[in-house]
Amino acid sequence: MAYATLADDLREFHHPKTWVGKYVWSQDHKVIAVQYMATAIGTGLIALVLSDLFRLQIGFPGSLSFMTPERYYQFITMHGMIMVIYLLTALFLGGFGNYLIPLMLGARDMVFPFVNMMSYWFFLLAVLVLVASFFVPGGPTGAGWTLYPPQAILPGAPGRDLGIILMLASLAIFIIAFTMGGLNYVVTVLQARTRGMTLMRMPLSIWGIFVATILALLAFPALFVAAVMMMLDRILGTSFFMPALVSMGQQLGYNGGSPILFQHLFWFFGHPEVYIVALPAFGIVSDLLSVHARKNIFGYRMMVWAIVIIGGLSFIVWAHHMYVSGMNPYFGFFFATSTLIIAVPTAIKVYNWVLTLWKGSIHFTVPMLFAIGFIFTFINGGLTGLFLGNVSVDVPLSGTYFVVAHFHMVMGVSPILVVFGALYHWYPKITGKMWNETLGKLHFWLTFVGTYLIYFPMHYLGFLGMPRRYYEYGQSALVPHSAHMLNAFITVVALAVGVSQLIFFYNMIWSYFYGPKAESNPWRAASLEWQTPETPPAHGNWGPKLPTVYRWAYDYSVPGAPDDFIPQNVPADGLSRHHQT
Amino acid sequence: MWIGIVVFVLMVGSVLFHLFSPWYLTPIASNWTSIDNAINVSFWVTGAVFIAINSFLVYVVIKYRKRSRAHYEPENAKLEKQLTLWTSVGIALLLTPGLYAWAQFVNIPADASVVEAIGQQWQWSFRFPGKDRVLGTVDVKYISDNNPMGVNPDDPYGRDDVLIEDSTVHIPVGKPIKLVLRSKDVLHDFFVPQFRARMNLVPGSVTYFWFTPTKIGEYEILCAQLCGVGHYVMRGTVIVDDQGTFDAWLNKQRTFAPARAGAHELVKTRG
Repeated sequence: MAYATLADDLREFHHPKTWVGKYVWSQDHKVIAVQYMATAIGTGLIALVLSDLFRLQIGFPGSLSFMTPERYYQFITMHGMIMVIYLLTALFLGGFGNYLIPLMLGARDMVFPFVNMMSYWFFLLAVLVLVASFFVPGGPTGAGWTLYPPQAILPGAPGRDLGIILMLASLAIFIIAFTMGGLNYVVTVLQARTRGMTLMRMPLSIWGIFVATILALLAFPALFVAAVMMMLDRILGTSFFMPALVSMGQQLGYNGGSPILFQHLFWFFGHPEVYIVALPAFGIVSDLLSVHARKNIFGYRMMVWAIVIIGGLSFIVWAHHMYVSGMNPYFGFFFATSTLIIAVPTAIKVYNWVLTLWKGSIHFTVPMLFAIGFIFTFINGGLTGLFLGNVSVDVPLSGTYFVVAHFHMVMGVSPILVVFGALYHWYPKITGKMWNETLGKLHFWLTFVGTYLIYFPMHYLGFLGMPRRYYEYGQSALVPHSAHMLNAFITVVALAVGVSQLIFFYNMIWSYFYGPKAESNPWRAASLEWQTPETPPAHGNWGPKLPTVYRWAYDYSVPGAPDDFIPQNVPADGLSRHHQT
Repeated sequence: MWIGIVVFVLMVGSVLFHLFSPWYLTPIASNWTSIDNAINVSFWVTGAVFIAINSFLVYVVIKYRKRSRAHYEPENAKLEKQLTLWTSVGIALLLTPGLYAWAQFVNIPADASVVEAIGQQWQWSFRFPGKDRVLGTVDVKYISDNNPMGVNPDDPYGRDDVLIEDSTVHIPVGKPIKLVLRSKDVLHDFFVPQFRARMNLVPGSVTYFWFTPTKIGEYEILCAQLCGVGHYVMRGTVIVDDQGTFDAWLNKQRTFAPARAGAHELVKTRG
């Protein structure tokens, strides 16, 4: 027990004395978490506005005079890149990972607080470089968020001069930032758990974040080298991804490179990336469902193994993004099979979420509403994944609006619903204030129903054969008038959903200043972060002595117990559940 | 409570939308009914799962709303095993028609005739192999105003190649076609929704896929791989003809050799 006495000793902790030390150059994981969250959400807001702007072009072509094809492609590119990397990845790992790991595991902080601080400032730098690309001559890159070469660095693509360079630089900086944070999260989970917090007693939020971080540490290097190689192709004229080609009638000096190599590197990162976003969402939603249904998560051990197995399999499915890329078509057999196998552990998670609600005592709080909304949209998005993973079915659907609808449903809407649920859930702990429930519910209904109305019908435009990334469709026999009407409808709903997010921001900001004081454990939750001596938790989290853990995080409605929850730090009383952890 | 009702409405609405909306697969005009079958099987299987899980979700959400005490049951190994088993069966059910169609997709019929589609920002052109049924070799270094397709002038197989420097191409109905794809500059994608099959064009390599057009008519080619700012205008036309009309059309097109000769003459007169 040598570790415990040292960790208990608060004198080792350097408490910052100034305001700047506390809130700017802070090494406190909770402050860093809020910095990450605020920056990620602020950047995401840019991406949201961009999406409403280009949706206007799709729904009502020509309605915005400044929406040239260049701008259209720049907007869709930046929207995708920001949402996937700078919002979702940063928010789940940098935001929730930072906040929850030490608090849920009973640690005072991350194990490398200084590196953790650097992680945030590098992330901010990456965001600034990205945003700067809007202001350079030629604007940001418009190569699509996948940045496929040769197009991305040739004159036919918007932002080919400086935009693409800043984009690649920003990605490289982001990956450096993430690596500093990611090593922290993994080492903290492995080394800084408090007494009694075995791995199989960790809340699923931590399992999701932990496995996602390992995935990210293994996957991001592939993107990093791809970015460096493309940068060399662009600036020094190397030919990693560039074959001999004629661009705009001009013979260029490239020779012998492979555009498909970039796609392999990109998707070797890109597919695990889906799970880097999804696994934390899976974990967090499990906890939301359990707490607000007053019932333990159903099949905890199966849920943990499903996360681990999904994480492992996510590294051998990447080429399902490349069935029609021109790679050897025989690869299709392997990647279709591995992709559909992933559906088994994923389906088990869905069953267990619903079975957690089964015979529960469901409280329809705002976080619970978001969690149920997530189950519904995730079922939808997961099932359409079975179309796209199944190689021959993918062939007519690839590159159409079916794909756009699928990935927005499964890794846009679904994780975002979890993000909102999680923010409402932990807001009272983070700020010590309570938000307004009516506004929270209004925000939920508009977001949940609105996003479903946007993305469900969109699949059918894909069936029709409408390719994505079209500035306009013009006169095409393929696109009937009714499809244009549907596009206009989707745009109107998208604008409404976009504007309705103001309710969320208003609620969060207003409540911070004027909201009622929150109880320390308003949801009567069993996991450790709700048992801190102070709310919001002070620097060091636990006061003089670290908590000791005696049970798993899901002792809800235990028969015979006086309350319907038993916190993890309550000593064993013979009332615990049937099997060991 | 309300969430249960809304989820129910969205679920039923989705099914009704699927059944009654005017938008679905564009009618097929090629041999790839096996792909459509795999899509239909996918719809039946995923549709059943969609209705089953969501119905259970709705039932649970309405039945178990806020009550005095939840049931305590950490896990149920038997139920979890059953669910795993049946999910695996469902997955196998989906994968079988998918891989069956793919086995056809990767096997090019021996009698397929070769047609080459060439992409560049932002237009299409085409090449037929001519009477020797062999396409002449090509290289980027040969590409010039006089030889826009980069055919090797020293390759005898190239001399009878028929060049279509136009975004409209004709093909005969009922004959398998191996479409060979080549790009001069960036990635493109030869996508005719009615044919179902399609493939990217990749500069630096030659890609291909095959199909048999089954319906005479005119079909739009839409580039479906983002290829720059003019991506959305990169359209072309495939006209599927009966054999006679096709032959007559093909015979009117010029071949590489006379095209070259013409180019030489042009150089001479200019010189």
